[in-house]
Amino acid sequence: MIRMENVHKAFGDNPVLQGMSLEIPKGTSMVIIGGSGTGKSVALKCVLGLIKPDSGMIYVDGKDAKKGDRDAFLARFGMLFQGAALFDSLPVWQNVAFRLLRGPLKRPPEYAREIAIEKLRRVGLKSDVADRFPSELSGGMQKRVGLARAIAAEPEIIFFDEPTTGLDPIMSGVINDLIREIVTEMGATAMTITHDMSSVRAIADNVAMLHGGVIQWTGPVGQMDASGDPYVEQFISGSAEGPIEAVR
Amino acid sequence: MNPFDLLGGLGRAVLAMLATFGQVALFAFNAISHIFRPPFYPREFIVALMNIGWLSLPVVGLTAIFTGGALALQIYAGGARFNAEAVVPQIVAIGMVRELGPVLVGLMIAARVTSSIAAEIATMKVTEQIDALVTLSTHPMKYLTAPRVLAALITVPVLVGIGDIIGIAGGYVVATQNLGFNAAAYLQNTVNFLEPHDVFSSLVKGAAFGLIAAIMGCYYGMNSGRGAQGVGRATKSSVESAAIMILAANFVLTGVFFSL
Ligand SMILES: Nc1ncnc2c1ncn2[C@@H]1O[C@H](COP(=O)(O)OP(=O)(O)O)[C@@H](O)[C@H]1O
Ligand SMILES: [Mg+2]
Repeated sequence: MIRMENVHKAFGDNPVLQGMSLEIPKGTSMVIIGGSGTGKSVALKCVLGLIKPDSGMIYVDGKDAKKGDRDAFLARFGMLFQGAALFDSLPVWQNVAFRLLRGPLKRPPEYAREIAIEKLRRVGLKSDVADRFPSELSGGMQKRVGLARAIAAEPEIIFFDEPTTGLDPIMSGVINDLIREIVTEMGATAMTITHDMSSVRAIADNVAMLHGGVIQWTGPVGQMDASGDPYVEQFISGSAEGPIEAVR
Repeated sequence: MNPFDLLGGLGRAVLAMLATFGQVALFAFNAISHIFRPPFYPREFIVALMNIGWLSLPVVGLTAIFTGGALALQIYAGGARFNAEAVVPQIVAIGMVRELGPVLVGLMIAARVTSSIAAEIATMKVTEQIDALVTLSTHPMKYLTAPRVLAALITVPVLVGIGDIIGIAGGYVVATQNLGFNAAAYLQNTVNFLEPHDVFSSLVKGAAFGLIAAIMGCYYGMNSGRGAQGVGRATKSSVESAAIMILAANFVLTGVFFSL
């Protein structure tokens, strides 16, 4: 279980998170929606400790995320970055199998490569991309390699930052199904950021809307359409009219 | 302008400089300590050895040979003013080994290695690859910094040694081909004149400059600002400060080795 309590984060005079609180029960899929630039990616990075919050608390399984063994903490997580963040000096398969090629989870290279190719297949990539370099792939393919890397070590908690942005509708469907499968079959806890409402409906158990640095609304996905919250309604309808300003 | 404003501005600049210096010192200490603490990344270390050592050889060789040749010409012409043309082998040897070898190799390494380390790490930072490393339970100081710093520490003294020899060879070629020196006598003079202390100081300078070059590249890369502009700034600052610190360290080390 992940719990964020009253988390604040500002960059210089740009207040981004202004008291964000959110709870994600173990084994469930939380989707965060919200306009671009509202701090969704910053929130994920705060949980992972990549960005230090100015104030507030973050708990993972009831324990303060700042304390304890950092390696053991991070070993439980997988993260897909918004920009994929692939290592451009390594071929695709070594990116996917990064954790399996070094450190405590080290396996023989042939085995690591097999796992990498299997994970690539799960995100809809053929085995011939395995030996290519990230710079030779399209943006959507890089994103899927990033996804394969995030799930390669079968982590308990997975963060997906805009997993379907830049993908065609069919590929988006494949990725949505995959994320859903990881949560229901592997029992993982997932936190996904997306702007794509069809993804929200496919992936989410619960939805939270981030606006103005706080969680504006949160609830089960089934209640999203009847939330009665003007921010959520405007976001779902994609209308320029409403409480969310179109110029931000 | 109010003199107090000026004073305040000056004070702030000095404080900012001291703060940067403190951060660099802390970073350097941290970087070196990670060389000795596992996990180690031998593959990254071998790649760094290749990039910093082996691939720098052409640049180092060319720099040294032209400098040694020019030095021989200068000393011959200058020496002629007081009938001391004969000192060419001795002065070329001492000039290359004690000063020009280490300094020029150090500066070429700053240009070639510091810039590429800074640009590479800064790009990794800007594209979230450093964050990705962390989430994959890999410490960036161990995976990126330690192999580069260790490789520079080991290879730059070797490069300096090679630069010294090639520089002397450049002087030798010019002196024997153009200035009429006897080949055997030139070599004899060079070998007899150089002391182990000279060579030792040359290699120690090389190690110090290698350390500076790698650490400054890593420091500015890791602390890069955002976007392409951030990468550009990080690269520029890393080379600037590595070059200045190499020259300053050279002055200090020369003082330590030769005037104490
Ligand atoms: N490392 C950083 N330094 C300064 N500002 C940042 C940094 N990361 C994010 N920001 C700012 O925080 C705000 C939220 O960014 P982000 O979380 O990426 O938005 P999004 O909700 O689209 O993911 C933006 O205004 C962005 O400029
Ligand atoms: Mg984002």
